[in-house]
Amino acid sequence: MEDAQADVKRSIKEAQDQAEAFFGGKGLTDPIPTVEDKWKLLPAFLKVKGLVKQHIDSFNYFINVDLENIIKANERVKSDVDPHFYLKYTGIRVGAPERPDQEAMNRSYTPHECRLRDLTYSANIYVDIEYVRGRQIVRRKGVPIGRMPIMLRSSHCVLTGRNELELAKMNECPLDPGGYFVVKGVEKVILVQEQMSKNRIIVDVDRKGFVQAGVTSSTMERKSKTYVGTKHGKIYLKHNSISEDIPIVVALKAMGMQSDKEITQLVCGQDSKYIDKFSPNLEECSSMKIFTQQQALDYIGSKIDARKRSFGPGLRRPASEEALEILGSVVLAHVEVFDNNFRPKCIYVAVMTRRVVMAMLRGDLVDDRDYVGNKRLELAGQLLSLLFEDLFKKFNSDLKMNIDKVLKKPNRTQEFDVYSQLLFHGDHITSGFVRAISSGNWSLKRFRMERAGVTQVLSRLSFIAALGMMTRISSQFEKTRKVSGPRALQPSQWGMLCPSDTPEGEACGLVKNLALMTHITVDDEEAPLVKLSYILGCEDVSLLTGPEVYLPDTFLVFLNGNILGITRHSAQFVSAFRRMRRAGRISEFVSIFISDHHNSVHISCDGGRICRPLIIVENGKPRVRTEHIEQLSAGKLAFDDFLRMGLIEYLDVNEESDSNIALYEREIIPESTHVEIEPFTILGAVAGLIPYPHHNQSPRNTYQCAMGKQAIGAIAYNQLNRIDTLLYLMVYPQQPMVKTKTIEMIGYDKLPAGQNATVAVMSNSGYDIEDALVLNKASLDRGYGRCQVLRKYATLLRQYPNGSYDRLADPPVHPDDPNTVQEKYEVLDKDGIASVGERIKPGQVYINKQMPTNTSSDIGVNSRDPTANAYKNAPMSYKSGMEGYVDKVLMTTTDNDQTLIKALIRQTRRPELGDKFSSRHGQKGVCGIIIQQEDMPFSDLGVCPDVIMNPHGFPSRMTVGKMIELLAGKAGVLKGELQYGTAFGGSKVEDMSRILIENGFSYSGKDYVTSGVTGEPLSAYIYFGPVYYQKLKHMVMDKMHSRSRGPRAVLTRQPTEGRSRDGGLRLGEMERDCLIGYGASMLLLERLMISSDIFEIHVCEMCGLLGYAGWCQHCKSSKGMAKMQIPYACKLLFQELQSMNVIPRLQLQNVF
Amino acid sequence: MVPEKKNFSHNDLDTLRSRVIVERDRVTSTASTDFPHNYPGQDLAWDFEKFKESFKLKINKLSKTEMEFDMIGIDAAVANAFRRILIAEVPTMAVSNVFIMNNTSIVVDEVLAHRLGLVPILADPTKFDFKGKEETPTDLNTIVFKLQVTCRRNPNAAEGETDPLKKYIHANVYSGDMKWSPQGDQAERFKECPIKPVFDDIVVTKLRPGQEVDIEIHCEKGLGQDHAKWSPVATASYRLMPEILINGEITGEAAVRFQKCFPEGVVDVVKENGVKKAVVVNPRKDTVSREVLRHAEFENKVKLTRVRDHFIFSIESVGAIEPQDLFVQAVKVLMDKTGTVKRSLQSTLQAE
Repeated sequence: MEDAQADVKRSIKEAQDQAEAFFGGKGLTDPIPTVEDKWKLLPAFLKVKGLVKQHIDSFNYFINVDLENIIKANERVKSDVDPHFYLKYTGIRVGAPERPDQEAMNRSYTPHECRLRDLTYSANIYVDIEYVRGRQIVRRKGVPIGRMPIMLRSSHCVLTGRNELELAKMNECPLDPGGYFVVKGVEKVILVQEQMSKNRIIVDVDRKGFVQAGVTSSTMERKSKTYVGTKHGKIYLKHNSISEDIPIVVALKAMGMQSDKEITQLVCGQDSKYIDKFSPNLEECSSMKIFTQQQALDYIGSKIDARKRSFGPGLRRPASEEALEILGSVVLAHVEVFDNNFRPKCIYVAVMTRRVVMAMLRGDLVDDRDYVGNKRLELAGQLLSLLFEDLFKKFNSDLKMNIDKVLKKPNRTQEFDVYSQLLFHGDHITSGFVRAISSGNWSLKRFRMERAGVTQVLSRLSFIAALGMMTRISSQFEKTRKVSGPRALQPSQWGMLCPSDTPEGEACGLVKNLALMTHITVDDEEAPLVKLSYILGCEDVSLLTGPEVYLPDTFLVFLNGNILGITRHSAQFVSAFRRMRRAGRISEFVSIFISDHHNSVHISCDGGRICRPLIIVENGKPRVRTEHIEQLSAGKLAFDDFLRMGLIEYLDVNEESDSNIALYEREIIPESTHVEIEPFTILGAVAGLIPYPHHNQSPRNTYQCAMGKQAIGAIAYNQLNRIDTLLYLMVYPQQPMVKTKTIEMIGYDKLPAGQNATVAVMSNSGYDIEDALVLNKASLDRGYGRCQVLRKYATLLRQYPNGSYDRLADPPVHPDDPNTVQEKYEVLDKDGIASVGERIKPGQVYINKQMPTNTSSDIGVNSRDPTANAYKNAPMSYKSGMEGYVDKVLMTTTDNDQTLIKALIRQTRRPELGDKFSSRHGQKGVCGIIIQQEDMPFSDLGVCPDVIMNPHGFPSRMTVGKMIELLAGKAGVLKGELQYGTAFGGSKVEDMSRILIENGFSYSGKDYVTSGVTGEPLSAYIYFGPVYYQKLKHMVMDKMHSRSRGPRAVLTRQPTEGRSRDGGLRLGEMERDCLIGYGASMLLLERLMISSDIFEIHVCEMCGLLGYAGWCQHCKSSKGMAKMQIPYACKLLFQELQSMNVIPRLQLQNVF
Repeated sequence: MVPEKKNFSHNDLDTLRSRVIVERDRVTSTASTDFPHNYPGQDLAWDFEKFKESFKLKINKLSKTEMEFDMIGIDAAVANAFRRILIAEVPTMAVSNVFIMNNTSIVVDEVLAHRLGLVPILADPTKFDFKGKEETPTDLNTIVFKLQVTCRRNPNAAEGETDPLKKYIHANVYSGDMKWSPQGDQAERFKECPIKPVFDDIVVTKLRPGQEVDIEIHCEKGLGQDHAKWSPVATASYRLMPEILINGEITGEAAVRFQKCFPEGVVDVVKENGVKKAVVVNPRKDTVSREVLRHAEFENKVKLTRVRDHFIFSIESVGAIEPQDLFVQAVKVLMDKTGTVKRSLQSTLQAE
């Protein structure tokens, strides 16, 4: 006992001593000065970066930088016929978005016009060219070669840099994030694609347990995968273009390393363990009698894939030369070989081999494929750049073919001018872009890339749905495979990817969302970094012999996966490099980190890395101080100033892992290098809506992330000007009483989706079991949960090849009374389109279209055939369960001059039994009963609830956040201010309780309540207060369905399928099994035949074939004809069999 | 286990019968038990004379829209009946049909109609008949309003004016813009108090230059149970009279802490022989927050109850009918109902 006490005392003493040593005399309990309101950096960040900016940055990079690189890489078009001819692209530029037709008065157009008119929001691509015409060189500037879809809010978009008023004039919402395209009137998002990083060595263990190091090389010219793997304890080089695995020593020898000692030193250094492990490879090579480079090349040459051998026409080269070529340019293509200097590539292969040897000895050196640092995100810009390069190459090869065709002609009437040809080909690039973006199929032959579903239609169900879609990341991983690794939450995704926002079901964990403060890098120049590295003391590796590379203090320096050299002072090198970055001498997105496992320093400046800003800590103090934040609030500093002043910096995942990041200032220790800006930024935009998410069970937050996207609310400021296929709007949306900082930053308080309902958590009426809600009728009368559904109905007035065209007809008059119109056509205006504001009932016509009966054959002007000019009615009639109102009618032309008519029909719905509601905590429920206000329980103040929620929803769900939301909401209402439920912070329960007590309520939030039915008090106190409730888009009206009799399918005469076709309810296989098991044979007969496709047949008992009306055509007799009933499908089967020369004969017997 | 003996002298049948007991985490004795044969030896049969003697009604507050009164000596069922009738069954006039000739405002037709529906109409419903579904509107069952507003630019507005109310004329359409158009002899009948919306400043919709609304509005008589717009009250409710019983004495600093557990004015701290002592002065002001039950130091020293038959009734009228009249009408509705029951009972008895 005493010992233990002494122990405790000692340990306390030790801790104090330690504290003394660590904290420079400051006690553990001393207050730490904190920077007030450092979260204000967040809105400042979102102003310049974040959420959707990565799409826009990526697109801007593509359009402003990458396009020129592509042009440069493909700048010349030559002719096989005329060696003097050439065409050279000297420049490229994308113009402002313009209408395609040349005659338009005002050629500039807005994205909203494109949405309405089903156009593509695009701009011309202009190139500058230089070419040969006759004998002179002609230069032209600004030749259009096609049209490029323009991303909204990108550098070329008309919306960028506009203020709210200007945006309003363009019918655009200032809160709309942009970052998507408008293609054929549809808003399309190119989803962020997640991939393994390129040009990096990744060591993993394959299914058979063999270690292999793989590299996906990616250069402008080609993509290839190279592996250095083990087989039976020996190491081989694998590549697609070589049919057999090449022993690694042979490969190295082929690349010019002839000495075994050199190889050993480059792979193993001086480590005897490694040498032991590696030596069998040397043995194998010598046993194969390969000693020289030539022998090795011959060996490899004999293994080259025969199919890949044909290098165009001409003479077959010796195999060894081909091997050299393949080793030089295909294997590990990203390690470039200049002037046949294979030294860098040798070292690279050696390093790969070393990694394999190391992993063979130590299993923990295998890389984690799911580590976020090993991932790269591919954005719109990169995908479009691949697409453009492909289209441009095709464009050039088509151009070349045409040039050759013309130049081949011996006598041309006029001098050949390639300019006319160039203009002629414009459509290829335009339509290529449009096709790819609108279908989402990215098929590039060059890289053998075939990807579907790259783009998606931007969901405009709610503001949050649209925003959530912009931050979505889809993985290339197959959805069907049942593996947990790629789906699991990765510790390294902290702060980068939202831990909550992922769908349930098959795509769970594969589709992710960006966190609030992430940024995705774009490619940056390498050359200055190479120079800087050498200046800072990196030694070129090709100048070294083997042994010094792997000395204990020697670190290899990698730049974007390529070996740059070595450094002996890694810490100094890295800190100097970081100082340069903080000083702004190199891009803030360059990352550098030390990997102690591999004794290497990695510098990255490639695109697609995820990074986020953090506050720099120096000497135990954060660099951002209160005065900086004050200046920020005063508008004197912006986020970029913080970067430039070296107060904050961006870290990518790899560098983050190499840093010591404190969560709060109070947790800073001397080793700390950074401190978080705000912990709640680990969540994304969608999860940021949840109040007190840190009090909820984690799956509940995930459920809410899915449901927040289905909530009906305000969509955008321009919601009433939009004509969307389906638009859900709430009539009186409210901002939540309990909001979060994220809500304010993304603008959810301005475009909310829900209402603050007064909720009583109690059991009532029994119609609230299984999460059903009880709604107050008076609340509904007063507008609670009321929503509008607007649906677009569109039609084209077509012109047909024979010159006929669709037309609109005026409403036909009533047959009895020529002064009135038939009810069906009542809402039509004189022009044959429904008038705006009319109430339209189901079945009524809103566009009275007529189509020509003859659309194929030519109709002469003087044709006497009366049918030639006849029209048949093709009216569009309104089908819905509920009457609606014509909200808007649009009549316009598309870009190919066809008349487009869109009608928007609006329904206003009040909540009804079965409509779905949800709070912000993944607690969904349907309305179970609507009860009168007087039956509702009421509190002492006379308040009665809008919604009664069953308390059984709480114990198993453990959504404590919802309870705190209620408490905070109630306190907010009483105090007259909004409360915060920000993650890892927010208003404290204690403070909320205090406000409640001050206002004469119980601290617990539970009220004394009187029953509205009996008038006597309830014997329990009821948890009572406002909770933000969302109305979800699933409404019974769109789902309810019943059928007694109805339409049948033509072929089988069975009832049709599906609600939209008024179909039957299927008695499926399993239900049938139940009936069989139960023995309800007559019920079976009724369900499967009598109520379905019963059919009476006549069967000939003689031949067993089907007859007709008591006559057997086969026997030519009516003798022995029997009548019976079978399913029509059965009769159909018999006849189909007969048509295939199989005769089914029926043998009839009396059963009873 | 022997239950802890509580020292409250009145924790007996009398308390159970006449008080609702507010405990820390539940309410007990909620249901009334004063019916015959419930307590041995007590005849609790209802007696009109006794009722007349004990029933009291005292108005505490009265304004145009609000009233609070005490109703003492009545059963919860009856008090609740009044409350329910006030909410749902006292008829008023409200907008029921809206004929929209033109509406180019931002608010769509259905929502505009819904908003108009919730505007309370100042008209005496007793002077109108209910309109059946098939009936045609007449001056006896329908009030007609016209709402015709067009928005224009204000020529006198200052340059660069940003407030739409100053920049434009009729930027907002208010309920006061609804103009009564008397039908038949309505003008004569309602000479004294012309029909109009109760409040003139309810924003119905907003307009911008060039937009207009041209609407004819028909009001009908109806009941709150059909739609909340016909409810004559914002709400009507009651609470039971709180009662705070101190067992023994709470003195010293504890008395101040005790006082703090209640809203201001409920408990006074008086000095008695130089010692601070808590005294309950006005339990009516207590909101029954049960704060005092949270503190261990007051355990068994205080008991909260509520008087079962003392209703502090409050009526918040929407303004169409004054609250005192509302209550009278509610009583009449209840009497009509009982009359109906009585008649049908009689006829049943006679039939037997």
